[in-house]
Amino acid sequence: MNKSTEKEYLRFSRLNRILHVCMIVSFLSLALTGMTLKFSYTNWAVVLSHFFGGFETAGFIHRFAAIIMFGVFFSHLYDLRRRKRTEFGTWRKMLFGNDTMLFNKKDIKDLIGNFKWFLGLGPRPKFGRWTYWEKFDYFAVFWGITVIGSTGLTLWFPEFFTLFLPGWFINVATIIHSDEALLATGFIFTVHFFNTHLRPEKFPMDIVIFTGRMPLEEFKRDKPGEFEELLKKGELENYLVDSYPPIVIRTIRIFGWIALTIGFSIIIWIVYAMIFVYR
Amino acid sequence: MLKSNFTLLHVKKSFLFSFSLTLLIFCTNLKSSSQENSVCFSCHNDKSLKGTRKGKTFSVFIDEKKFSNSVHGSLTCISCHVDLEGKELPHDEDLAPVNCGNCHTSEYEQHESSLHGKALLKGDQLAPHCYDCHGKHDILSAKDPNSPITPLKIPFLCGKCHQEGAPVQQQRIIHQDHIIENFSESIHGEGLLRKGLIVAPSCVSCHTAHSILPHTEPSSSISRKNIASTCSKCHAEIEIVHRKVIKGELWEKQAHVLPACVDCHQPHKIRKIFYDQGMADRDCMTCHEKLDIKSSKDGRSLYVKYTTLKLSRHLNIACSQCHSEVNASHSRPCDAITKQVDCSACHAEIGNQYLKSIHGQYFTKNDLNAPSCKECHGTHSVLGKTDPKSPTFPTTVPKLCARCHREGQKAAVRYSGDEHQIIEHYTESIHGKGLIKSGLTVTAMCTNCHTAHNVLPHTDTASSINPKNLPTTCGKCHHGIEEQFRQSIHSKLVGKTDKELPVCADCHSAHTIRRADETGFKLDIMQKCGRCHEDIAKTYFDTYHGKVSQLGYTKTAKCYDCHGAHDILPISDPKSHLSRENVVRTCQKCHPGATRRFAGYLTHATHHDPKKYPFLFWTFWGMTALLIGTFILGGIHTLLWLPRALKMQRKLKELSKNTVKNKNQEISEVKKDDGKNNE
Repeated sequence: MNKSTEKEYLRFSRLNRILHVCMIVSFLSLALTGMTLKFSYTNWAVVLSHFFGGFETAGFIHRFAAIIMFGVFFSHLYDLRRRKRTEFGTWRKMLFGNDTMLFNKKDIKDLIGNFKWFLGLGPRPKFGRWTYWEKFDYFAVFWGITVIGSTGLTLWFPEFFTLFLPGWFINVATIIHSDEALLATGFIFTVHFFNTHLRPEKFPMDIVIFTGRMPLEEFKRDKPGEFEELLKKGELENYLVDSYPPIVIRTIRIFGWIALTIGFSIIIWIVYAMIFVYR
Repeated sequence: MLKSNFTLLHVKKSFLFSFSLTLLIFCTNLKSSSQENSVCFSCHNDKSLKGTRKGKTFSVFIDEKKFSNSVHGSLTCISCHVDLEGKELPHDEDLAPVNCGNCHTSEYEQHESSLHGKALLKGDQLAPHCYDCHGKHDILSAKDPNSPITPLKIPFLCGKCHQEGAPVQQQRIIHQDHIIENFSESIHGEGLLRKGLIVAPSCVSCHTAHSILPHTEPSSSISRKNIASTCSKCHAEIEIVHRKVIKGELWEKQAHVLPACVDCHQPHKIRKIFYDQGMADRDCMTCHEKLDIKSSKDGRSLYVKYTTLKLSRHLNIACSQCHSEVNASHSRPCDAITKQVDCSACHAEIGNQYLKSIHGQYFTKNDLNAPSCKECHGTHSVLGKTDPKSPTFPTTVPKLCARCHREGQKAAVRYSGDEHQIIEHYTESIHGKGLIKSGLTVTAMCTNCHTAHNVLPHTDTASSINPKNLPTTCGKCHHGIEEQFRQSIHSKLVGKTDKELPVCADCHSAHTIRRADETGFKLDIMQKCGRCHEDIAKTYFDTYHGKVSQLGYTKTAKCYDCHGAHDILPISDPKSHLSRENVVRTCQKCHPGATRRFAGYLTHATHHDPKKYPFLFWTFWGMTALLIGTFILGGIHTLLWLPRALKMQRKLKELSKNTVKNKNQEISEVKKDDGKNNE
């Protein structure tokens, strides 16, 4: 009763939340279908490939998911341009302000401070709206989409690309595409999962990316820099919203569990393939 | 020869009287002139002249004209009547019998050891002397049509004694009857007597003139052993006519197992058509059609269903032609039988093949498991392989072989190789399905590959399934494929290597052959190629084509899609599918937009070879370094964070416990208030 009246801090816009869900669905689909080819020498790849309805259907799903991923990417770029206009006014304000996604001096300080905290040599840094590891994840996606996306297109249309590229470039593209994908899935399903969901205070998952909301207590603890900034400006009230009803939360948790399970399964499969049946 | 002998004799004698050559000649003339033929004929010309021998009186008239026309006309009387030599004329009576052997040594000896001669020695009154056939003073050359021994007259001459009713025929044991009648009706007699062909055989052509012996005598011209060579004196080319059943040379070499000419062509009754057998089947069947007839040795039934034989392929073959040891002169002709029927007597070539085959080898070693002819072909019921009821009809052959070669049966349990469940596998194979399910009698079954009678293990270089011979064996049906294969690098004719080259079975297997357009086969073939091309197969599986194949899909390019199947050639060969001229077209089969640059795709690329594929090698290691680096950084960050985060978590829990306690207190207070309000 009391809880329902408690306001929560709105961290993510609706578009960002939708984009992230799309990205999860797309990313998991890409990973699952792509891994069947990369680890085609394992039994699970054969099973999975048949589960998807054959390599051709799997390939279709892979390319469809890739289109969604490109959609997410370009929607986000479009949104950035829009927000520059509506929220910041200039690129400069947006890119070099307090809430920038770009790495800045504070991030270096935070990184050093965080390591000190890990080792018990100092207090936990007062993180702002975006921590340095969140920024790293954000740019990893930029890098990943560029690298995997471009090589993926080469593999999708080899006949076109070999009109101006040598044939062996297809081989190079294959290696880059598949190894970068391994890096992406590996990183997301271990480091990102830990940093965001599995760290003890968030365990088993942090659903802020789906709800967009986080309890004030948690906000204060996690992003003290941003909290203090908002208090100082007196804008905190603008971001306080009602929490979602339990049914929505439960649905979101189920979705989260599915995504996490698939992610962990992929990690187990990869480890199995790399260690036990690698050739 | 006769004359010279005679002169020589004189020369010797004359030597005794004279030392000078002139005197010798003179003396000889003088001596003989006193005993000239004219002197003899001065008495013997008298038709009423009588003489006696051993108390019997008979005419001693000699027709001088006949004598001088005879072959001996130029000889003197005393040349033959040697006991009158130097005697005063007229001479005593009871002259010694003339010995023709003085001059005709070999003929005389032959006659002496012949049936006739022996009988003479025994004093047989009916035995013929030389003169009984040749005459005495009127002997004519056999070429003279008036001679009694001219071919046309010989049947009559022999018939004097051997015709029905003649004393010899009645009083002596002669196995044949109606000899002269039968002969005159036979094709030989017809030729000789009715058509006047003097080349047609008379009695002496088979029995000889002087060496006449009974057929039981091994040296006889009509013994079982010699009859073939006797007949082939005239029927020299008869082998060719009989080749289908008897390989010519065996006729003489293996006379003991083969039916002799006379078994089919009865002596004296020789006809143009196939004859009533020497041993009539009817005779055999009088005993063997009894249901309860049993062998006295092992008690097995000896019953023969005659209709079975008559419905078999051997319907025109008489019992005695196979059971060739039967002897018609025995009261039970079959008691002469000592051996089993030898089919190779007629089927000589097949018999030889069989003996060389693994079945035959075991058979010669008296292996009880070894199949002989009858195990596959049956006995009296033998049918041709074209008869659907025959066990050797194509669709039934697998069942026939399965009797021994099915798992657990006597041949299969002895087998130590790798091919197991061959019958089951064959049945499921494309050949087996074609034969059994589709009923295609042209489909390959056991004997098409293994041969029927030349069956040999594949390790034997003479075997039809020896790697050396396999392409030819498969090529019997798959001729077009064989032609392609012969020109491929896998063929011994093209591929010059000391390594073992693959043959049909290495890719297609032996008994589990599948359709080449079947998914299972398509996927399997890569393992097959990979058995030899180990590295190149591995690298194939590193590329998209290989990975998809590995997942169990056949749509991407497999070995043969690019390299060709039976016409595979090295890339350096202009005819290869992957030669510079052809490679783009090969890619275009699946990638219609493929260009020469597209064909530069490395279908067997590996990122493990820095020399061959430096780009791929360094790309891979660059990517791997990036991956490892990222994970090390991320990993360290996470691992350091974890203990601190756990500590933080504990603190938070304590905090929240406190807050919960406080809240609970609040809640209970509220409840109390509510209760009060309700009252």
